[in-house]
Amino acid sequence: MSFPWAKEYQPTNGLTKFLDEKLPLPRLVYNAVGAGYPVPRNLSYFWNFGVLAGFFLVLQIVTGVILAMHYAANAQIAFASTEHIMRDVNWGWMLRYAHANGASFFFIVVYIHIFRGLFYSSYKAPREMIWLLGVVIFLLMMATAFMGYVLPWGQMSFWGAKVITGLFGAIPLVGEPIQIWLLGGFAPDNAALNRFFSLHFLLPFVIAGVVILHIWALHIPGSSNPTGIEVKSESDTVPFHPYYTAKDGFGLGVALIAYCLLVFFLPNYLGHPDNYIEANPLSTPAHIVPEWYFWPFYAILRAFTADFLIVPAKLMGVLAMFSAILMWFFLPWLDRNPVRSGHYRPLFRKFFWFGLIPAMAVLFYCGGAPAEEPYVMLSQIATAYYFLHFLVILPIVSSIEKTEPLPTSITAAVLGSDKEVVKGEAAEPVAV
Amino acid sequence: MADTAATADTSLAHDTAPETDGMRRRDFVNVAAVSAAGVGGLAVLYPLISQMSPSRDVLAESSTELDVSAIQPGQAIKAVFRKQPLFVRRLTPAEIAAANAVPVDSLRDPQTLAERTKEGHEDMLITMGVCTHLGCVPLGAGEGEIKGEFGGYFCPCHGSSYDTAARIRKGPAPKNLEVPDYEFTSDTKVVVG
Repeated sequence: MSFPWAKEYQPTNGLTKFLDEKLPLPRLVYNAVGAGYPVPRNLSYFWNFGVLAGFFLVLQIVTGVILAMHYAANAQIAFASTEHIMRDVNWGWMLRYAHANGASFFFIVVYIHIFRGLFYSSYKAPREMIWLLGVVIFLLMMATAFMGYVLPWGQMSFWGAKVITGLFGAIPLVGEPIQIWLLGGFAPDNAALNRFFSLHFLLPFVIAGVVILHIWALHIPGSSNPTGIEVKSESDTVPFHPYYTAKDGFGLGVALIAYCLLVFFLPNYLGHPDNYIEANPLSTPAHIVPEWYFWPFYAILRAFTADFLIVPAKLMGVLAMFSAILMWFFLPWLDRNPVRSGHYRPLFRKFFWFGLIPAMAVLFYCGGAPAEEPYVMLSQIATAYYFLHFLVILPIVSSIEKTEPLPTSITAAVLGSDKEVVKGEAAEPVAV
Repeated sequence: MADTAATADTSLAHDTAPETDGMRRRDFVNVAAVSAAGVGGLAVLYPLISQMSPSRDVLAESSTELDVSAIQPGQAIKAVFRKQPLFVRRLTPAEIAAANAVPVDSLRDPQTLAERTKEGHEDMLITMGVCTHLGCVPLGAGEGEIKGEFGGYFCPCHGSSYDTAARIRKGPAPKNLEVPDYEFTSDTKVVVG
């Protein structure tokens, strides 16, 4: 499960010896995030975001379990109970703002984590399974976040629930019965609110389970790194603790400063004011938008305005939106170039920075804009590029690209030459 | 510092050389960082614990106003104070005499009737209707309920008997029925809590 030079856990006292014999939990932690996990020595701050995502998952579970102690999942009083949390419960305002903005930060760090994976091709062999599990986590996150947004039972909650379950109504023949089944009624009401609350409570623990699989799968090949070349010798690695616990700790501090600025000074900046109006089934808000983290995919949904052959526009939009993420499952086999890091792939790099990123930025912006020109046309162009990038450009680029020469080893990439480092001194990279 | 002068890398020397104040720079950074994280973590813990204590809407209901003018001697009413039963009883002269006749030293929880009522209103006995044993509601305040062998209250759960001053006389309860904070705002109005 690890490199042969990984340090072995040594229980030091009676208690740890007892535990190691009966339930080797300290050994597991030591090998997972302790000194027993050798990690490439050249990781940049882009490699902080997995730990950050884990932190925000825990934060969401802690604040969420607490909010559930005060929230009432009943359509009659859900909105009032949210206000009760904001006004009456001790520190309730802080816990709710921490949870709402925690969701946003969870998505921010996960998006950066995904873009790290895309740029450095972390999805390539031997790490395909880590990537596939990551996509599963992302899909679960989206479902969880959507259902959580319904719970305050404001206008955006209600109409979000109606629109998103309406997506399933686009499925031919069985669409409408499925939508009614999902909602337990003809429109979102108490039945829908109750099941959303139940699932919103359950799914984070499912996510936590898949996260464990994600980390387990990661520990088999070990972490990737900015050069994209594999670890060859002990001098290429440093122990996770203290090197990356310290680096992740610093990154966590920076992330928490940004998070606290939002929670305490701009708590509603990423929310929508209409969600402070109680749900009204008879009046749709003039401008329905999902939470910001769904904007790119919402733009893809709305980009399809005309029927395509026998496929109605509504179904096309829904298919495209789901495909935009499901496509990621095939990414390890769409990009076949053995060179991983974008640093050594000049053509790939151009398409990444001047193609994919601008397309995502346009989709992001248009998803939050009203459904009118020029945003519709911009969404259509960006959507077209998005799919072209993954399905056409990436396979072609990966087969024709002339990549730049790779360093001989991670140590050579860091120090210029791996000959300079005498074995044994490798454990003291503080000298660099 | 003479022996470290040979080290070419001065920043490394800073970390490893024993310094005159006995604290290496790295140790200081380590202690400072862990302390800051620890203090921060404890500060975060406070709201997470505090949220479980009564919320503002619960505290807002924590006082009760009563009109006691309609209560006749020998009669008692049950009111609600902080979601718990409150017994308000106007004692008869015989009940007052019975309560005052008991030697205080012989009681499990020694208190006189005067200590358990307000001056000028010695006939108004206001207590919680919560048995001090395990929290059941004693009988005796309602019409026709048995009052136990001491003529006050009787808890049917485990057989605690209270006298006419609601003091524990027999059974497992450790304390007299609790007298909440209250005051007369007029001759007939009482604010409890």
